[in-house]
Amino acid sequence: MNAVTLAGLGGAVLVGLGLFGLVSNPHLLRKIVAFNVMGGGVFLLFGAVAHRGAAAGLGADPVPQALVITGIVVAFSATALAVALLLRLFKETGRPFLEDAPVAETSETDRVDG
Amino acid sequence: MISASLFLISTSAEESLLPVLIAAPVGVMLLSVLFGGRAAERIALAFMPIGVVLSAALAFVVWRNNQPLVYFIGGWAPPLGVAIRADGFSSVMLVTTALVISAAGLFARGDFGMTKDRTESRAHFGFWTLLLAIWAALDCVFVGWDFFSIYVALEMLTFAAVPLVCLKGQRETFIAAMRYLLFALLGSAFYLLGATLIYAAYGALDIGVLAQKLRSEPATWVALAAMTAGLLAKTALFPLHLWLPPAHAGAAPPASAILSALVVKGSFFVIVRLWLDLAPPQMGEAPAQILAVMGAAAVFAGSIIALRQERLKLMIAYSTVAQIGYLFLMFPLVVGQHAWSGAAWTGGALQAISHAFAKAAMFLSAGLIADILGHDRISGFRGLGRIAPQSVFIFALAGLSLMGLPPSGGFNAKWLLLAASVQSGQWVWALVMVIGGLLTAGYVYRVIAPALDPIEKPPFDAHPRAWRRRSAFALTLALAAILLGFAPPEFTNLLMVGAPTAKLERAE
Repeated sequence: MNAVTLAGLGGAVLVGLGLFGLVSNPHLLRKIVAFNVMGGGVFLLFGAVAHRGAAAGLGADPVPQALVITGIVVAFSATALAVALLLRLFKETGRPFLEDAPVAETSETDRVDG
Repeated sequence: MISASLFLISTSAEESLLPVLIAAPVGVMLLSVLFGGRAAERIALAFMPIGVVLSAALAFVVWRNNQPLVYFIGGWAPPLGVAIRADGFSSVMLVTTALVISAAGLFARGDFGMTKDRTESRAHFGFWTLLLAIWAALDCVFVGWDFFSIYVALEMLTFAAVPLVCLKGQRETFIAAMRYLLFALLGSAFYLLGATLIYAAYGALDIGVLAQKLRSEPATWVALAAMTAGLLAKTALFPLHLWLPPAHAGAAPPASAILSALVVKGSFFVIVRLWLDLAPPQMGEAPAQILAVMGAAAVFAGSIIALRQERLKLMIAYSTVAQIGYLFLMFPLVVGQHAWSGAAWTGGALQAISHAFAKAAMFLSAGLIADILGHDRISGFRGLGRIAPQSVFIFALAGLSLMGLPPSGGFNAKWLLLAASVQSGQWVWALVMVIGGLLTAGYVYRVIAPALDPIEKPPFDAHPRAWRRRSAFALTLALAAILLGFAPPEFTNLLMVGAPTAKLERAE
């Protein structure tokens, strides 16, 4: 197994771990971190793909690198937005969960529907 | 010789419409960030006529040339460079975007407009800036012709749409926005994963280049499946719709109108690109059936849940879930080069547009009704027709198009899809459409019937002046949905430009 295959497999594992965290963890901050792990996995996969350019006589295909940089910027913006939203949500509700997540022993029950 | 060179110049001028269409709203958005506050509203309002004219000019050029308009950024052709391209469907979506955002923006002056007695707030500034951001992002999605540009455009769309949900600053809206963002982020991760695999397999991301190379092999299937799953989460197709109703119902009416009418269509449009423009027909057959089955489930589930809603805005949001389902019925009818594909393509595109106008009008009328009554509980609508006839009329017109009753864009859309499904022998989709139409009639009736109840004295007072001017903008949108029912044949010709079924003559 060479380094590129290892990088590809590592990316796949990160995508799997991130997906699991994003779906299974009710804590919103952990969900955001899990999204970043998943994104990191995709970028690593992209990096492994870049090696295919080596066949054309280049050191590596430069296109995936450009795409990964853009992708990192996008993921960074997404994380910033998500964290800002989470902070405001925490200020409003006092809990870092969505409403239907497991409730702590003392919870506000003042929410009125209708 | 001279005329030939003149022709070349004019061609390049036409092509440069494409980058201008993206650059203009982005530039104007940055201006409104720069000047902020009071200026943001003026800048957005001033840009609206320009944006409408730009998109209309593009649609005209595409229609007249009868071929898609393509622009290579920096003069570099794919696979090295990045192409942007407008075909008939994209130019029609661009015009719809411009019109709906303009109408909703003009309507929003009542909610987010700066008046003398109001102090400047972040919500005002945010609304107008986000409006322009959504406009720019949608333009990018509709002219994107490579999967990475489309990825960036879809992310821009999400980042602009999510804050729009929680501008009112209520606790529920933050929860709704967070749920929306999580679905969208999961969707974008899946989409990017698929795009990575596409690049790994073919070394290209340009749709035109890929369409030549694409083979039915495991890597392609995994890539397309991942991209589709991600896009479905963003489009809120049943059963991935959970985020949509609270987000769309919780936002301010003009924001709801834009989210429901346009934003979900962005990712839908990319699914059309994937399975109808990119994938070879023999590859698209089975996925098209799966998409349509999910669409049928959305039509039933969305409509039935809409029937049970107590609140008007939630009902309209669930109606969006159902109407998104209709959009997906076009896939098995269009895929392949059949005699009925053209009709189904036109029907699907028309459904996307007429739903945009009708749903925007419906959300705006719901906003007017909520302003008058101070609530949006359907059980309290008795006698509404007497004090707010305009609002009820707008709601009814929009409902007409959603149900698919003639004359309306919704009728033409459903008729074309119905004809295609009968012609192709796929009766089951025709059945779905008919039952879906009946269910839609049910939930529209639930609102209209009590509103038209002739009671002696309505239990509430009218405040007529505040909303008279605003209702004109909502009425314009509802009338647009109706007028689509009278669209001339040229309109169909435009929709067929660059369509995957363009080789066929127009099916009636």
